[in-house]
Amino acid sequence: MARSGPPLRLFQNWQAKLAATPMILTALVVFIGCSLWTVVYSFTNSRLLPRLEFVGLAQYERLWSTPRWQVSIENLAVYGVLSLILTLAIGFLLAVLLDQKIRFEDGFRTIILFPYALSFIVTGVVWQWILNPDFGLQHIVRGMGFSGFTFDPLNDPNLVILALLAAGIWQGAGLTTVILLAGLRGIDEDVWKAARVDGIPTWKTYIFIVLPMMKPVFATCVVLISAGIIKLYDLVVALTRGGPGIASEVPAKYVYDYMFGNQNLGQGFAASTMMLAAVLAIIIPFALFQLGRKRRV
Amino acid sequence: MAQALRAAPATELDGISVSIRDLSLSYGSVEVLGDLNLDVKDGEFLVLLGASGCGKSTLLNCIAGLQPATEGQIFISGQNVTWAEPSERGIGMVFQSYALYPQMTVEGNLSFGLKNARVPKDEIRRRVARAADTLQLEPLLKRKPAALSGGQRQRVAIGRALVRDVDVFLFDEPLSNLDAKLRAELRVELKRLHQNLGNTMIYVTHDQIEAMTLADRIAIMRGGKIQQLASPDDIYRRPANLYVAGFIGSPPMNLLPGRLEGNRFTGALTADVTGYDFTSRPRGPEVVLGIRPEHVRTGAAAEALPIRAEALVEVVEPMGADTLVWAQLGQTPFRVRMDGESRVRAGDRLSVGFDPASLSLFDAASETRL
Amino acid sequence: MSDAAFPTRAAAPARASAPRGRLLDGPAGVAPTRRMNPKRIMVYGGLIVFSIYYLLPLWVMVMTSLKGMPEIRMGNIFAPPMEITFEPWVKAWSEACTGLNCDGLSRGFFNSVAITVPATILSIAVAAVNGYALVNWRFKGSEVFFTILIFGAFIPYQVMIYPIVIILREIGLMGSVWGLVLVHVVFGMPIITLLFRNYFSSLPPELFKAARVDGAGFWGIFLRVLVPMSLPIFTVAVILQVTGIWNDFLFGVIYTRPDSYPMTVQLNNIVNSVQGVREYNVNMAATLLTGLVPLTIYFLSGKLFVRGIAAGAVKG
Ligand SMILES: Nc1ncnc2c1ncn2[C@@H]1O[C@H](COP(=O)(O)OP(=O)(O)OP(=O)(O)O)[C@@H](O)[C@H]1O
Ligand SMILES: [Mg+2]
Repeated sequence: MARSGPPLRLFQNWQAKLAATPMILTALVVFIGCSLWTVVYSFTNSRLLPRLEFVGLAQYERLWSTPRWQVSIENLAVYGVLSLILTLAIGFLLAVLLDQKIRFEDGFRTIILFPYALSFIVTGVVWQWILNPDFGLQHIVRGMGFSGFTFDPLNDPNLVILALLAAGIWQGAGLTTVILLAGLRGIDEDVWKAARVDGIPTWKTYIFIVLPMMKPVFATCVVLISAGIIKLYDLVVALTRGGPGIASEVPAKYVYDYMFGNQNLGQGFAASTMMLAAVLAIIIPFALFQLGRKRRV
Repeated sequence: MAQALRAAPATELDGISVSIRDLSLSYGSVEVLGDLNLDVKDGEFLVLLGASGCGKSTLLNCIAGLQPATEGQIFISGQNVTWAEPSERGIGMVFQSYALYPQMTVEGNLSFGLKNARVPKDEIRRRVARAADTLQLEPLLKRKPAALSGGQRQRVAIGRALVRDVDVFLFDEPLSNLDAKLRAELRVELKRLHQNLGNTMIYVTHDQIEAMTLADRIAIMRGGKIQQLASPDDIYRRPANLYVAGFIGSPPMNLLPGRLEGNRFTGALTADVTGYDFTSRPRGPEVVLGIRPEHVRTGAAAEALPIRAEALVEVVEPMGADTLVWAQLGQTPFRVRMDGESRVRAGDRLSVGFDPASLSLFDAASETRL
Repeated sequence: MSDAAFPTRAAAPARASAPRGRLLDGPAGVAPTRRMNPKRIMVYGGLIVFSIYYLLPLWVMVMTSLKGMPEIRMGNIFAPPMEITFEPWVKAWSEACTGLNCDGLSRGFFNSVAITVPATILSIAVAAVNGYALVNWRFKGSEVFFTILIFGAFIPYQVMIYPIVIILREIGLMGSVWGLVLVHVVFGMPIITLLFRNYFSSLPPELFKAARVDGAGFWGIFLRVLVPMSLPIFTVAVILQVTGIWNDFLFGVIYTRPDSYPMTVQLNNIVNSVQGVREYNVNMAATLLTGLVPLTIYFLSGKLFVRGIAAGAVKG
């Protein structure tokens, strides 16, 4: 029989609302609440404990005049640009190679993607061993007769970024490959037939026809890679611990060290707020772009 | 609306199975259904017919309670069910995509609703057996939907409505996913089912043949409003407005704009419409004259008719049983359906004629029937 | 449809001289292809070079972990061991020292299990219900919360870690395994909710409507209609969460105490501890042990793993 109450707005669908409470709490309390909390406290002089004693932009001034932060930002910029370009280039190259109707495609893909299943700590430790100057690559090349050969990125402030890149790309390029391969497979077969009938060489088809069609997929990859770059932390801890000296420090490590090591919360909050600002600078244009695309469709 | 769940005044809903009063539904600012009123009689087979996107499924979902209405009331079997849950409304529903639960056997699909309603086990078994018998599903009871053909799946979906022992069946394009032959078979089966059960059935389709063959009455919808609610015969012979006239019939009615002075029509042809059954007097001289391609006579047969003209044949489409002729009447395209035996070619001049009793006249401004 | 229906159509012309046989000699049948043309060689060559780059670290890891320290000091990290020893593995598992205690990685392993199992189950349960509510039971604001959730996936964790320390301290979970479980449930929610939302919205809505007409309620439809038909997506979610949670380092190091450290944190402490002689073979054995769980899942699940990350990534 029919229920007898006019459904009150708040209780309409109450089970769904109840079931979604964890999501609502996560969204409001953690993602919005905690972020705002940190932003607010980044304007205070909190040290060991958070204190609401506002000091304006003092923490930021100190942050930007700290050499370690400057190095961190510089490293992140260099690592970020190189890693983005190399990951996309290698990812696309591998995706195209895998797309050539080859035998053992599954095998090759399994090999390329497996590091993605590993922890950054594992990756960092392995590469630390491979790049070990006394036993690793340098040692072996020297053993082959090139006794003057030096390649010791872990102890060379100028090259240490290379070590991070080698390990980071080893772990992450597989994901880009798989996403781009899915993008390639999503392209209409007829495009290929038309290009073949027109006699356009394969490489030209890839570069001038397929690549432009994959813009949205590339955009997705860029966002994913960028998000990973900004979070870069575990790998540095395991591979270089920020060294030699402060040569491979990154912002995320700065935040952690100041919050939990140096007991200078205000610095940690200011640094993490800068990270948030950087992410928003990437995410917001992308979101607007996506929104615009949806509108037009 | 506040005390709406009382039983409605008995006299008003006597013999009415489903009654829809002032129903409106909007998605944000988009109005999908507007002030819709509809009474479906007990045991009636009502077909909702209309172009894609006109709101047929939305109306059906409102009746089922799957879509809360923005405004208005819905009565089923004398009860106001506007706020009731779908399962409390005494309806069964069949969907185009079958919507069978893939992980349950046919038997599980049929009994799921009864289990939810905590019907005793014996009763469930009895009702499932009866539905399986009616729809010839016994050999399939232990199978999963994936192992059934399209026609079998749709029969299970119908069975799922059948076991619920309800007064009203709702169908949303149940035959659209089937191939032509199966569709014709199941159509007959549905008609037989309706005759045997005597339930009220509301049936959404955009297939005219289904509508004409199954319906006691057809409701033609457009933009969330009912354009005409009448028997198939009336809809076909006496369309209420230009939209219905153009929508029903394949190929659609020839529509010739012109002027009507007294009983004299002038346009692509001149005609004396004496003998036409006017329902209302024209408000202005501008009218549209409609004549169905199959009501046009040609050649010798045309000579005897009151209205005659000569058309120029452009394209001939032989279809076996009959032949479709695309012609020009002056500057106006004109379609004629001829016997399959007739021989005409492009470029021929064809004399055509028809009876005033078989034509329709519409007011050009309001587009309604005269 | 036969000729009889259209008597005027002339019967087909008599099949007098259908052409037969081959015209002269010339290309006929399948064109011959060279099995290995330069293009193919380049393709396979490229793939093999990359495969070496990808496999070499794994190879080095395994080889080093099977050698004794003297052999490592003498030799070549790429060479297979002359004398296989499993001692490094035993040592890594049960004797290696991490700061306070010297009972190896085993403690970290069991901690990681105790964290990963409940966190995986809880986060998937919560996210699946979220996805279901978002698709089938939309309420005012539900999409807003979801959008915030997805944005949240991109906020650097560093912005939220300290306030969460305070929250966990307030509810008394700071430093415990359950606090870390809660953190994983929260931070796993965006991607897994997205996964389930996309999956549920790809199901025909009529299925949900039919279940409602059949009288099933919020939980009835979810548990008896949708969950049984969602096994693949649950598998994908389990793969994603187990690997993600197992591999976490940042949350582990912040929200647990040394005696409840997960395996990754312990591994880092073993390898990068400053005191003592470095035992590279033990380090590599420890690394392999830590990577074993996600690698096993990866190699067993194959396509599903790919599908999981692709679904999470492309649609996001
Ligand atoms: N969730 C929604 N939000 C906004 N508009 C909607 C929504 N659902 C349906 N509509 C609109 O309501 C109108 C009616 O839709 P409905 O599904 O009832 O059409 P229909 O007559 O059943 O069409 P079809 O024959 O294609 O099934 C359409 O114009 C559709 O775009
Ligand atoms: Mg519809």
